[in-house]
Amino acid sequence: MGWTGTILRVNLSNGSVTKEPLDLQLARAYIGGRGLATKILYDEIDPRLDPLGPANKLILATGPLTGTNAPTGGRYMAVTKSPLTAAIACSNSGGYVGAEMRYAGYDLVIVEGKAPHPVYLWINNDRVEIRDAAQVWGQSTHETEDALRAATSAEAKILSIGPAGETLSLTACIINDKHRAAGRSGVGAVMGSKNLKAVVFRGTRSVKVAHPQEFMRACLTAVAKLKADHGSGEGLPTYGTPGIVNVINAHGFMPTNNFQFGQFAGADKISGETIHEEILIRNKGCFACTIACARVTEVKAGTFKGSGEGPEYETVWGLGAMTGVDDLAAVTKANYLCNELGMDTIEAGVAIATAMELFERGYIPEREIGRSLRFGDADALVEMTEKLGRGEGFGALLALGGARLAERYGHPELFMGVKQQAFAAYDGRGAQGIGLGYATSNRGACHLRGYTIAAEVFGVPRKMDPFSTEGKAALAKASQDATAFVDSTGTCVFTTFALGPADLHAMLELATNAGYTEEEVVKIGERIWNLERLFNLKAGFSAKDDTLPRRILEEPIPAGPAKGKVARLGEMLPEYYRLRGWDPQGVPTPEKLRDLGLYPTP
Amino acid sequence: MAKVLSIIPERCTACRACELACSVKHTGEFNPTRSRIKVSIFLEEAVYIPTACTQCSEAWCAKICPTTAILRNDDYMAYYVDDNKCVGCKMCVLACPFGAIELYADHGKAEKCDLCLSIDGDPECVKFCTPKALLFTDEDAGPKAKQAATALRMKEVYKEVAG
Repeated sequence: MGWTGTILRVNLSNGSVTKEPLDLQLARAYIGGRGLATKILYDEIDPRLDPLGPANKLILATGPLTGTNAPTGGRYMAVTKSPLTAAIACSNSGGYVGAEMRYAGYDLVIVEGKAPHPVYLWINNDRVEIRDAAQVWGQSTHETEDALRAATSAEAKILSIGPAGETLSLTACIINDKHRAAGRSGVGAVMGSKNLKAVVFRGTRSVKVAHPQEFMRACLTAVAKLKADHGSGEGLPTYGTPGIVNVINAHGFMPTNNFQFGQFAGADKISGETIHEEILIRNKGCFACTIACARVTEVKAGTFKGSGEGPEYETVWGLGAMTGVDDLAAVTKANYLCNELGMDTIEAGVAIATAMELFERGYIPEREIGRSLRFGDADALVEMTEKLGRGEGFGALLALGGARLAERYGHPELFMGVKQQAFAAYDGRGAQGIGLGYATSNRGACHLRGYTIAAEVFGVPRKMDPFSTEGKAALAKASQDATAFVDSTGTCVFTTFALGPADLHAMLELATNAGYTEEEVVKIGERIWNLERLFNLKAGFSAKDDTLPRRILEEPIPAGPAKGKVARLGEMLPEYYRLRGWDPQGVPTPEKLRDLGLYPTP
Repeated sequence: MAKVLSIIPERCTACRACELACSVKHTGEFNPTRSRIKVSIFLEEAVYIPTACTQCSEAWCAKICPTTAILRNDDYMAYYVDDNKCVGCKMCVLACPFGAIELYADHGKAEKCDLCLSIDGDPECVKFCTPKALLFTDEDAGPKAKQAATALRMKEVYKEVAG
């Protein structure tokens, strides 16, 4: 119960399609989604392999709560080896695709090999076909969805890549339901490398839980808590994630102009409040989501006319504050382009911002870009976003992501990120916990691998001073482990504003009847984190990669409330390793691995 | 006082929690295709419309049923299917102008929204509709509220026009 019990395995090289029973003991130990898929990837691939080669695998994974009434129970994960970072990648998304995969009867879909020509998968309950995708290759994600829905079923739910994924851009994401993104780590390029344009799902079967009535009562309790909470019940539905633009800016750690400043003068012009006033049509929920933070928007007139979903907080930052652009219409248009062409708005924004600083410092000549590329130039932002998505001209270099771009022009220190993945919208100099989180995140810089900002800014579960390093190692570890658990259930991390492990544990246990205890589920999060770490160690990463760019470690924030601050990583990292039960080189000790059930054979 | 299921599409967030709640309450399993309420999602137009049986006063499904399997509960003014009488002939499916009654192959009987009265008369979809796009209200409260809201809008327009 809880799990469908079936894995679908498709090998694109030889066209084989097999259904395998899910190992329920393994499922119990890793729950699903991020955890289970990581375990399978760890067992099945060599972590040193070429992520864009046919030997890499792409695992689409749901959790036991995906497709149920558990609030936000609609998530799926795309787990693979990242071509952007060369580390483990795990990108998650909402929308309707994850639930439909479960209704088709599968917990996980494992894609192997490489098709000889562009194809898409048509998964219609039991029937699975590898179909020719020639007619949609080169098309946007929106065009692809429309065409494939017409070719399959009006009720089909679809995930696909756009031109960015096809051209193997390292910023490429997977887009589902037209506007939702499994955004980070270049997972779209892995699909592109397999000649896999899209996966189309139609499912009419049931997802069963062990104790339906008690489960529904637990769901209602969770729903009530989410509605009563200020963040998930009020802030997010009203202003979406951009509701925090003004808050973070006021704290002085909103990274601006490629982290040259900690505050953005144009912040309010791209804030949740302004979005609400100027372009919001309505808010929208992903599958089974009671929060409904998505912004359905329209820019009604002007050069940047268009409609779609977004922008999110990270997007108004990446394409806005980070590039110095305060023109909401331009930022929104760039967001639409990212969705349609299939790029991560963070990675794309940071690549453009990196190019802007390289240009302004004279490291990239204008003739190579074909135009000037200064911070704050709205036209340049939109033009570069489109070029990046299509891999045209200078866009082909932007498509490599900020890290490789900065390296190419001889100034790797100007890339703001960790393990070649861009930072998110919080400066680690201001919020010390998130700095540590970025440095130690298994998928490279990321705010969703332990959102310490919840404590450092919003006081959840308790308020901690963002400028202090005290207790931050423990905070980072706890939120990393908790997030790994949440990501494995099939629900959204936004529930953690109002729900604790006890709430999720209740729903998980009533769904699966697997005998989970509350202590155990948090420990599973820690197990997953350590397994990801083991993957990365095997892939060649070490303690020296748990670091931050020189600017963040040495150049103080020049002005504002966080003036004079740098990231004090050295004060936190040894304690973090110790709390994790790792040696000073960041390697999990045999005792810790034994304790987590990862030794001797993880 | 009879109660009705009021649907306010402009509040719907397209989360489909109602579909799940309905299916699990009636079948014990999560399966939107077994839901008696359906959210139609028009992504491009940003329009989301939940639809369910309207419990017509003159219910063609009931009228046409050759075995009188579709009955009305007068307390609720809601129609329900008597499984013992339903023979799965699909006449009701043909007769309903809204597609609000369906036949499910696995048990061969018609299924429709009965406001959960076959269970407890406490519609599960409403409980899970956090944006309150679904309401279970007194028979005349829905239209009255809509009338009042329309009047309010007209007042604003009138003020604008009259200066």
